[in-house]
Amino acid sequence: MNDQLYQDRIVALAKAKTGAGKLAAPTRSARKDNPLCGDRVSIDVRLDGAGRIAEIAQQVRGCLLCQASASALASVAVGRDKSGIELLRHDAEKAIGREPGEPADPFAAFAPVRAHKSRHECVLLPFEALEAALS
Amino acid sequence: MSFDVAAVRRQFPILSQIIGGKPVHYLDNGASAQTPDVVLDAVRVYETTERANVLRGVHRLAERATEAYENARVEVATFLGVDPLEVVFTGGCTAAINLVAYSYGSLLKPGDRILLSELEHHSNIVPWQLLRSRSGIELDMVPVTVEGRIDLEAMAKLLTPRTRLVSLAHISNVTGALVDVRHVVELAKAVGAKVMLDGAQRAPHGPLDLPALGIDFYAFAGHKAYGPNGVGVLWARPDLLEAMPPFHGGGSMIGRVTFAETTFAPPPRRFEAGTPPIGPAIGLGAACKWMRGLDWADAHAHEMALVQRLMDGLQRIDGTQIFGPASLQNRYPVVSFLLDGVHPHDVAQTLDSFGVSVRAGHHCAQPLMDRFDLDGTTRVSMAPYNDNTDIDALLTGVQHAARTLR
Repeated sequence: MNDQLYQDRIVALAKAKTGAGKLAAPTRSARKDNPLCGDRVSIDVRLDGAGRIAEIAQQVRGCLLCQASASALASVAVGRDKSGIELLRHDAEKAIGREPGEPADPFAAFAPVRAHKSRHECVLLPFEALEAALS
Repeated sequence: MSFDVAAVRRQFPILSQIIGGKPVHYLDNGASAQTPDVVLDAVRVYETTERANVLRGVHRLAERATEAYENARVEVATFLGVDPLEVVFTGGCTAAINLVAYSYGSLLKPGDRILLSELEHHSNIVPWQLLRSRSGIELDMVPVTVEGRIDLEAMAKLLTPRTRLVSLAHISNVTGALVDVRHVVELAKAVGAKVMLDGAQRAPHGPLDLPALGIDFYAFAGHKAYGPNGVGVLWARPDLLEAMPPFHGGGSMIGRVTFAETTFAPPPRRFEAGTPPIGPAIGLGAACKWMRGLDWADAHAHEMALVQRLMDGLQRIDGTQIFGPASLQNRYPVVSFLLDGVHPHDVAQTLDSFGVSVRAGHHCAQPLMDRFDLDGTTRVSMAPYNDNTDIDALLTGVQHAARTLR
């Protein structure tokens, strides 16, 4: 059954829609598309004086995995700078089996995606968008 | 109806597989169809008893290979209702359209216009955009109706005396809508424009009579028509082929080569530079012969009965919406649908866990998705070997997705 992939934790992250929407006055914004599947992630961030994320908003036109990942990312991004976001990405990469090691929450929830290589990019697209916004 | 679907299914070995404890419910034929034993056998015979290059060798294997390759051209031509010398083997349907865009396109002048539609596959958009960049032609786009059909009233207004070519999908790869070819040809010919049809989704549903359609170019892919990958077909009217310059240069397509000058072979060899996809072409010939052996009146009735069963079943699931013509008239067995609150990829992933293979996403038709402001659709595309169990498994999977993912 698909319940092996769409486990409760992933569905809950998607339904939480953390950070869903747009910021009124973002410092930086970026949008990333996956040309193969058409998923699209838009990210707004407001940065503090030290380049750390003070506020984040995300909009996803895409699948449940992409929504869950964007929601998870928004839930832990505040207070982090670019290098801090890179650390989170390592967690996501570990969860889907692209890097060795144990992922931390909330990205540990994405471990069921490991067996579905065609869906890995769904998890990583929000990182691509946020990294583009911060670069 | 006397269509014996079980007898057809037995000819496709992949359909008897069990994967992850589930039977194969293959409903992604619009992306790639499955291949019957006769096609596999034809390729195996070539690879094991005839394998050699074609046209050049004098040895027995080369002669056998050449004969098999040219016999395949005859089979394809018979399937299309045309002369074998009008059939060009290409690397695929995309390659065939690109061939026309480069070769026929090189005969066009800045300011000439090509008319496409909003529902085209990217393969029938991007080659023309590249031509526009090279040569200064203009592109026009016919909108689609709310039902997902090409709007022929709008098309009539977009044709101009500078329109040189109208290039349209014979059947939409998203909605299954069949274009009204007679009407298109009538409108195009009134301004002197040529007509090309992208037949990728039509060729898998039975023999054609291209001269009777009144068109000028036709392209289709082998792998969607029960043949191997890596081969496609371009048909063009002989006077057009004769006037067209080569697309690729190389061996086989020449008359005589000197460093000062090269003369070119007549069609179709002029357009088959280098070693062609010999085995795949032989397989495609066998596939065309196999298709001619089916009773397509019965096969089409069977396919459309599946469409009806699918549409009826989807309408019983809360929150589903068919994207495309609601009627069975002038449509083929390609059905796109939406499930409210569930992304098409998640629908497709769920269906996979029920053993059901479908395609989800934009289907390489992003302008059509933009027109309807869609992220994508879930597409069910059927072939004569599909049966009620395939549709019922799909409906069970959609119900499960509706229950668990929203």
